Amino acid sequence: MTPDAADKPTPSFRIERGGRAARLAAAGASVVLLALVLLPAFAGRNLIQDLIFLFYMLALAQCWNLLAGYAGLISVGQQAFVGLGGYLLFALTLVGGLDPLLAIPIAGAVSALLALPTALIVFRLRGAYFAIGTWVVAEVYRLVFAQIKPLGGGTGTSLPPAITSSMPAIEWVKVLFDVRTPAARDIVSYWVALALAAATLIFVYLILRSRRGLALGAIRDQELAASSLGVDIYRVKLAVYVATAAMTGMIGALIYLQKARISPDAAFSVLDWTAYVLFIVVIGGIGTMEGPVIGAIIFYLLQRYLADFGASYLILLGTLGILIMLFAPRGLWGLVADRYNLTLFPIRRRLILAAEDNGAGEV
Amino acid sequence: MTGWLDALIQGVLLGGLYALFAAGLSLMFGVMRLVNLAHGDLIVLAAFTILVIAQKFGIDPFVAVLVALPILFVVGFLLQSVLLNRTLGRDLLPPLLVTFGLSIIIQNGLLQMFSADTQRLRSGAIETASIALGGGIAVGVVPLLTLLSAIGVIVMLNLIFYRTRIGRAFRATSDDPEVAQLMGIEVKRVFATAMGLAFVVIAIAALYLGLRANFDPTIGPARLLYAFEAVIIGGLGSFWGTLAGGIVLGLAQTIGARIDPEWQVLAGHVAFLVVLVIRPRGLFPRAQD
Repeated sequence: MTPDAADKPTPSFRIERGGRAARLAAAGASVVLLALVLLPAFAGRNLIQDLIFLFYMLALAQCWNLLAGYAGLISVGQQAFVGLGGYLLFALTLVGGLDPLLAIPIAGAVSALLALPTALIVFRLRGAYFAIGTWVVAEVYRLVFAQIKPLGGGTGTSLPPAITSSMPAIEWVKVLFDVRTPAARDIVSYWVALALAAATLIFVYLILRSRRGLALGAIRDQELAASSLGVDIYRVKLAVYVATAAMTGMIGALIYLQKARISPDAAFSVLDWTAYVLFIVVIGGIGTMEGPVIGAIIFYLLQRYLADFGASYLILLGTLGILIMLFAPRGLWGLVADRYNLTLFPIRRRLILAAEDNGAGEV
Repeated sequence: MTGWLDALIQGVLLGGLYALFAAGLSLMFGVMRLVNLAHGDLIVLAAFTILVIAQKFGIDPFVAVLVALPILFVVGFLLQSVLLNRTLGRDLLPPLLVTFGLSIIIQNGLLQMFSADTQRLRSGAIETASIALGGGIAVGVVPLLTLLSAIGVIVMLNLIFYRTRIGRAFRATSDDPEVAQLMGIEVKRVFATAMGLAFVVIAIAALYLGLRANFDPTIGPARLLYAFEAVIIGGLGSFWGTLAGGIVLGLAQTIGARIDPEWQVLAGHVAFLVVLVIRPRGLFPRAQD
């Protein structure tokens, strides 16, 4: 051994992502996922339908959070892609005669294709102007679909039971759980919704853990600094916009497969597909992966117990959103995470110095 | 031919209404850099205010709006100083989310108080009066008044901005709020005053909204989009540009409607997107932001 090598300092730090909480969370999540997969065996139809709603709101919230919380693209026009996905599902199954389960990924691919030219136009607007620009685009989509007569024009159309019940798994579920066709259809939709919500979570998680995720975190924290460190802001934003459009389109297709009835006003509703999603993310905590999960559960509970109050419920939701934004801008998860230094989705990297193993600098 | 000429004239007059919608929004963009998602709902709220005053005292909407003006100025001043001033900063999300929440609160509050029924401001004979221009073309008195009011509002705003002390404060805070503060301008107060002024413009816009057509609590968001499109088509930072943007939008809508009545709104949106592609900074840009 040469003296040189002996002098070489041993690395006095390591990079850590998770922690005990994150490992526990991963184990817990696997158990929860397994329980949710098996749930239709003993849950009633109402709970199944409620959970379908929870899953797709969660998936939409994760997408919007990636878009707004990380890429800084605050869109109030994501209903464009929910409606587009829904209408594509109807077009592909009603007119094209495709199997609904096959139509969902195609709807996602077409949404991504249309998101590209859309982005080229709305990306000309910055910041808050971008937000309203995306809303205008969603209105254009709505008005265009209202003109398409084979899909019912302005009044919309329904999927006949022959199509909604044509999914291959339905017969199998009927035998397995001993239920009638409509209930079996809900169970299949439930699994698809669960798969889509889980896939969205994993997709967002993997993106954020990747090199591109580091770039996104950098853009979120300081766009100018990220750009000066060589992050191609425009390309990263474009990629995120197109990817979330594809996911949102698939979720939209699933939502309208479940609803089996579509109309332009409902499918491109800014309240249902953007306002609610925005409140979920903000109440839970924007710019974190845990936030939308917490927000979706809170929103589901509010919806379940208070939605009957109609207008007052919406006033309450609006007020809650404003209060959180003013007094806890990082959402409920932000409050918890700050206090207990918790991370359930290990997407941040911590620098642990050997000398002071507990003094961790977060990156 | 007469039909097309008529469409052009009606389009310009409709543009006056959109310019009125847009002038308030343009003022907020200009001074506070605030993008107010509740703008359309605030116009509808002002229309209901005028309606209530007119019905309660049995007066004409043109008189009721004079009563509403000072009330709405105070409401705007308070809204900015109590709520919106807290949201301004580097982060884009707080003002957007707070005004979005406000939009939902106003819509549903109005729904609860007035139900979803359509309303209209009634002003007797003037509503249907028109002036014949010859050649089978006539212009309504109310649409004409709308356009003249829009021009009047823009002249007034330009006078306030470039000829008065508060206008100088508006421009200074718009350029650099921190330096303006250092020069002894109370930025938050200036913002509140600007919002009060924007509410005066909103009240005038609401008067013509209610006189020209039916309204109900849900029509706000569409008015926000028209106002926004007029501002962006015209170019940020110029009130005359906003008037031009309103007229371009009005023309696009009436020409679209002339081809197929269902295309009216779509034609306006498409015109906006086309301008965005060809001239992303609008037709008469002034501001750098």
